[in-house]
Amino acid sequence: MNMLEILRDPNTQWILLGTLLLGLSSGVIGSFAYLRKQSLLGDTLAHAALPGICIVFMLTGVKSISFFLFGAAIAGMIAVFVINVVTKYSRIKQDTALGLVLSAFFGLGIVLLTQIQQSSYGNQSGLDKFLFGQTASMVMSDVYVMMAVSLILILACTLFFKEFKLLSFDPGFAKGIGLPVLLLDYIIMLLIVGAVVIGIQAVGVVLMAALLITPAVSARYWTERLSVMVVLSGIFGMLSGVVGTLLSAAVNNLPTGPLIVLSATVWFMFSLLFAPNRGVVAKLWRRVEAKRKYELIKKLEKQGAHHYE
Amino acid sequence: MPNVLKVEDFTIAYHKKPVIESVSFEVPEGKLIGIIGPNGAGKSTLIKGILELVPRISGKVTIQGKSYRAMRKSVGYVPQRESVDWDFPTNALDVVMMGRYGHLGWLKRPGKAEKQKALECLEKVGMAEYANRQISQLSGGQQQRIFLARALAQEADLYFMDEPFVGVDAATEKAIIQLLMELKKNGKTVLVVHHDLSTVKEYFDWTLLLNKEIIQVGRTEEVFTPEYLQKTYGGKLAILSDSQSGLLIN
Repeated sequence: MNMLEILRDPNTQWILLGTLLLGLSSGVIGSFAYLRKQSLLGDTLAHAALPGICIVFMLTGVKSISFFLFGAAIAGMIAVFVINVVTKYSRIKQDTALGLVLSAFFGLGIVLLTQIQQSSYGNQSGLDKFLFGQTASMVMSDVYVMMAVSLILILACTLFFKEFKLLSFDPGFAKGIGLPVLLLDYIIMLLIVGAVVIGIQAVGVVLMAALLITPAVSARYWTERLSVMVVLSGIFGMLSGVVGTLLSAAVNNLPTGPLIVLSATVWFMFSLLFAPNRGVVAKLWRRVEAKRKYELIKKLEKQGAHHYE
Repeated sequence: MPNVLKVEDFTIAYHKKPVIESVSFEVPEGKLIGIIGPNGAGKSTLIKGILELVPRISGKVTIQGKSYRAMRKSVGYVPQRESVDWDFPTNALDVVMMGRYGHLGWLKRPGKAEKQKALECLEKVGMAEYANRQISQLSGGQQQRIFLARALAQEADLYFMDEPFVGVDAATEKAIIQLLMELKKNGKTVLVVHHDLSTVKEYFDWTLLLNKEIIQVGRTEEVFTPEYLQKTYGGKLAILSDSQSGLLIN
């Protein structure tokens, strides 16, 4: 199949739009998660979403993204609550608490998932696809939900840009000037959950964290301005979604979600190496230049000294 | 003279053990006040507690007769420089503009007026030429000045500064103290967590000696005496009273 044929296929068009929106929203909210050093929180929320989704499915018997959003949000809030309690009342540090909660929730999710597979709900539930995602199972109504979530997410990040910025840079000062830091914390968390839930179908809970983190890290390499970074991260996420989807459509039997993540990773590696100023090559080049100049000056000084002897 | 800040029965504890206990004091308007005490005395905790950055077990704060929350906009804060990651994608001017966020309110973006104000504040701390500099590329002293400029942008009447002189060179320290003197001249009150005992008499009108509880608070010449300092620092001041007693007593 050539690209044009692929693009003409209406089903692919929907999927393309979906993964594009997913990359955009996870890139945008991922920037804030990354700068707040909450990358692992995104991963935890993604894994915690699984049991939430399973329970909602068991209760309603309906496979609907809007219901899942609800379940994932509740599970995410419980996860965050547990993390807070553990770090507050024990000597356990946050990274350990995140690891504990992530694996516990994921374990529970797998147990519930297996239960669903073996029970009367049957395989047709397709919930097992939520581990690694399957874009082919996406339908038009899913894409509408993705649109709504993306819109809310981008709107929130635009409206609260200055608050999110201050919260990410200096939460102490933010609290000092009277910002409701706890509330904003929860808003950011809910936005992450939103991105996670719309991503679960396409990318799956296991790889979802990559879509939150990787475009943001890449974007950081190209700019020193937060507003530019957030936009770039959204664009990088969007492009990863598109490239991954097209690759998987062009090459049969290759899974879309992992290809999206790999596209983001390839771009990250390119950014790491070749970004101006912050990139590895630019840094090496500066060091070589500095050394060359220093040696030249030394040499000239030496010559000058000889001259006077 | 009216008392601008009144703190009553303040107790703060992390993990059950109190860091500061039943602290009460008042400070008058228009003074530079040094908060002095050994490591772990709860100096930073005290100002964080007043600003409601850490939860307290008991205590009441009154600013110009009103609650802290009501007076929040007239309170400025300079946190410790190390409390943030300076490799954040932003420049000096932008950080200073954050001082205006409290006045701006929700959904409003900083505009020309805020930028102008921030530039003025950068000018005051001698950093105008660094306005567009990425903040990770600033030296420690310059970063400290940026934080100070941000506090100035808050246009507060009462300032809390957490160790503004730590890790800055002599020139920066001098520039900062000159600025603080100017704030005082304009009727502002500034409380500073301070470490260097040798400069206390020179810098501060009032001194608050703290070691989990208030040891003494009052005019520096009355409070900053070897006797009270011994009491504040416990046995730890033995070395100091030998080498620096001249400084302390004269």
